[in-house]
Parts: sequence; C-alpha cells; structure tokens
Amino acid sequence: MLKIEKLNFSYDDLKVLWDIDLEVHQGEIVTVVGSNGAGKSTMLKNISRLVRPNSGTITLQGEEINKLESHQVVERGIVQVPEGRKIFPEMTVRENLRMGSFIKSARANREENIERVFNLFPRLKEREKQLGGTMSGGEQQMLAIARGLMTNPKVLLLDEPSLGLSPLLVGNIFEIITEINRQGMTILLVEQNVYQSLRIAHRGYVLETGRVVLTGKGEDLLNDPHVRKAFLGM
Amino acid sequence: MLVFSQSLISGLLIGGVYALIGIGLTIIFGVMRIINFAHGDIMMIGMYLTYNLFTLAGIDPFVSVAITIPIMFLFGALLQKVFINRVLNALPQNQILLTIGLGLIMSNTMMLIFTSDYQILTTSYSSSSFRLFHISISQPLAISFVITAGITALLYWFFMKTDTGQAIRATAQDRDAAQLMGINVKRMSIIAFGLGSSLAGTAGALISPTYYIFPQIGSTFTLKAFVITVLGGMGSILGATLGGILIGVAESMGAVYISSGWKDVVVFVLFLLVLVFKPSGLLGKSRA
Repeated sequence: MLKIEKLNFSYDDLKVLWDIDLEVHQGEIVTVVGSNGAGKSTMLKNISRLVRPNSGTITLQGEEINKLESHQVVERGIVQVPEGRKIFPEMTVRENLRMGSFIKSARANREENIERVFNLFPRLKEREKQLGGTMSGGEQQMLAIARGLMTNPKVLLLDEPSLGLSPLLVGNIFEIITEINRQGMTILLVEQNVYQSLRIAHRGYVLETGRVVLTGKGEDLLNDPHVRKAFLGM
Repeated sequence: MLVFSQSLISGLLIGGVYALIGIGLTIIFGVMRIINFAHGDIMMIGMYLTYNLFTLAGIDPFVSVAITIPIMFLFGALLQKVFINRVLNALPQNQILLTIGLGLIMSNTMMLIFTSDYQILTTSYSSSSFRLFHISISQPLAISFVITAGITALLYWFFMKTDTGQAIRATAQDRDAAQLMGINVKRMSIIAFGLGSSLAGTAGALISPTYYIFPQIGSTFTLKAFVITVLGGMGSILGATLGGILIGVAESMGAVYISSGWKDVVVFVLFLLVLVFKPSGLLGKSRA
C-alpha cells in the first residue's frame, strides 16, 4: 500500500537516511524501531513532505506522492500523528478534532467521526470543552491520535506515541493502536519502545544510523539475537 | 466629571479604529511570525482609495468601505503571494527589510501620483457632532466606531466558528501540525495577510474624514499598531482590541489633562510600564 524505495535524505551536509526500502501492506501494523537519532522521525517527515528527500520514491497505492505538498499528502490518505503530539494548545478538544476534518473529503462525515473517536477515547468526550494545552500528556496523545483519525486516513503514521508516558499509559496506548488496527486501519509505527512495538506489529524494520539493518516478522525480530542484545538488554 | 467622561468617550471612539489596525498586525504576526512594517502604509493606501472614491466618484467614505474592504484584501493577498511567502523561512532581518521596503515603495508611489500635499476629505458631517447626556460626540467618529464594532464582531465569529477561521488559528498555534492535518498553510498565510491589510485599509477609510491624508502618514500608524500589538500581547486578537482602546483612551486623557503635545508621551510611558511589568503584554503568554 505504502512503499518507500531507495530513499536518501540529508540535513545540509549531514546524511541521515541511506537507501531506505520499506513497505506497508493494507491492514498491517509495521513498526520501525531504532535508537534515538537513527532517522526514524526523519523518515516520517519525508513521507509527510515536511522535508524534501534527496532521492528515492514514495508511493501510495502505486501513486507517487513525493512531488506533493504536505496538505496534499493528507488529502491522498496519509496522516501523521507527530512526535510530541503537537496538538493545538489554545483550542478545545472538539476544535482540535474539527481541524482533523479540515480537508474536504473528511468534512462530510465529521460528526460521525467525532462519535467514533469519542467511542475509542471516552476520556476525550469528558474533556470536550477543555483547552488542548491544559491536558495531561496521556490525554494529549489520545487527542493527537483521535485528531489524526478524523482525516479518514488510509495509512496512519505514528511517531513515538509512547514518548513521555507512564508505563501504565504506555500499555494503554499500545492496546488502542492494536484496536484501531483491528478495525481495519493500516499503521506505520515509529518507536523507541522496541519490545512493546515489536510485540503488536505484524512486521518490523530495525533502523541503525540511517540504514535498515534488519527486517522481518515482529515476533522473529523479538527473538533475534542482535535485537535482543542491542535494544532489549538480554 | 463631564470633562472626564467626554475625553473617555472620545478616546473609546478613536480607540476602536486603533484596535482595527492592531488586530490586523497581530493576525499577520500570529500566523507568520512576521512584523509587517508596511502596515501603516497599507492603511495610508486605504485612505487614498477612500479619498479618491469620494472626490472622483462622489461615494461617501462610510459607504465606500464596502469597496475598500475587498480591494485591500486582494491587495494584501497579492503582497503575500508575490513577496512575503518567499521569505517565511528567511532570517528575521531580511523579513523586516522586505516589509520596510514595501512600505517605502507604497508611500513614494503615492507621493509620485498625489504629491506630498495634505489632502482633506470634507463631508457634510465632517465636523458635526451630537449630544448624549451632555457629552458631545463627533458624528464621523461615532459612525466609524459602529462600523468598527460590527467588523470586530464579524471577525470573532469568523475565527471561532468557520473552518477557515479555525484553520488560521491552528496555523498560528502550530504551523507544522496544521500542515500535518491537511491545512494548506501557504493559503492560510495569504488569507491572513489579506485580512490584516483589509483591516488596516478599512481603518484608513474610517479615519479619512477626520485626519489629514498624506503619503507619509503611514509610519506614525505602523508605530502605533506595533505599540498596540505589543501592549495587548503579540498574536492575541483580544489583546489587540483591548490595546487599541487603551491607547485611544490614554491619548485622549493625556491631551485633556496634560496637553495635546504630550499625548504621545502618555502612550509611550504606558507602553514602557507594560513592558517592564508584563513583558509578554496584557493578554500575552510568555514564550519559552
């Protein structure tokens, strides 16, 4: 569904991504794991066109998306829930959700989608009128995911959804991601929490200093000696 | 007491127009983090537009506002599309140079066309006034205040209730996040600069029956707009509204109780006091 081929990217003279090949099939959770600075978030920024790659192609259902503007990528069906949540602090929960359905194709079923995400996150319904900036980290993460779902995406990109959350909330977030996937959403998940994300993912890629060094089924990677040694401390 | 209420009312009336200028500047700053140093010059163009519509076509300045608003919107949108969008990621000093340069071009172009002579737009009611509870109220200022209040109310509705208005707020709060939600931030910037210019031009139209019209009037108002915006808190529309009215009242009080030559001093002392005790402005949030 989403396919990245030979993606190269550098910030000025600093090369960050080297010949990245990656594919996400319909209905999958694919995770990209790696340590801080491996280039995971940069890869997502390339997909969302917040930055421009040096070379390589990115396609969604066969259509090249690496000539588009950011907002057009969202219109094609790829939405990113960014690292650090980036919710609109001076807007209420409902207004934040409304912004998720700003694109024309999502406006038609705005109310229906709001009901859907309120079912998924009952907490957000309770906080409907609260300003985004005054919510806790966990609530903000829920809002960020909910806001992303409001765009009616075909593929949901999640950038470090567990960052800065308590262990209990981390478990919660991963359960919710699994649930969203069970309802049919294709997910590309970027995480530093290697154990949790490989556990819920169908397939995974291990990124080290900008290169894909390993790829395989989630459970196989969990049992891989290199992964266990480098990321799980076993 | 009568003198006090009199100067308070006069200050409120002119403050409403100041608020329009300040709101325009604050919208532009909020969305693009650019200080528009051509703001007063855009207002000046609004004045000349009104003046010419009046002298050449005989349209009353308060009626021609309906023409001025869309024309100034298009003018601002064009400036954004052609010039400002190119420097959004440039260094601040380059952005400042660009807007100052645009302002100079505007004032000098007007000087070439209309010379630097002072023009006066005299309507039948320019110097007429009416009395309300023994307070004398200037008729043109009262009309302009009513129009200002209407425009401000409409603006609040736009920003709070419409999708485009909310998207502009979202862009101001987090540009990257707005892009990730499918908002075309370049388009929002064009609308924001159009709105800001339209408000400045409208303010120019509204004060044209009571002020001298000349090509260099802009810089005074750019400074005033800047003071209003900083006073209220950069990027806050409510702050700019409050700041505009406060400056209007301070000027009016200063002129009555000290002397008209000292009214600007009162304004700047007030400004300095706010900067000292609440640097983020009255309604501003401090930025990390």
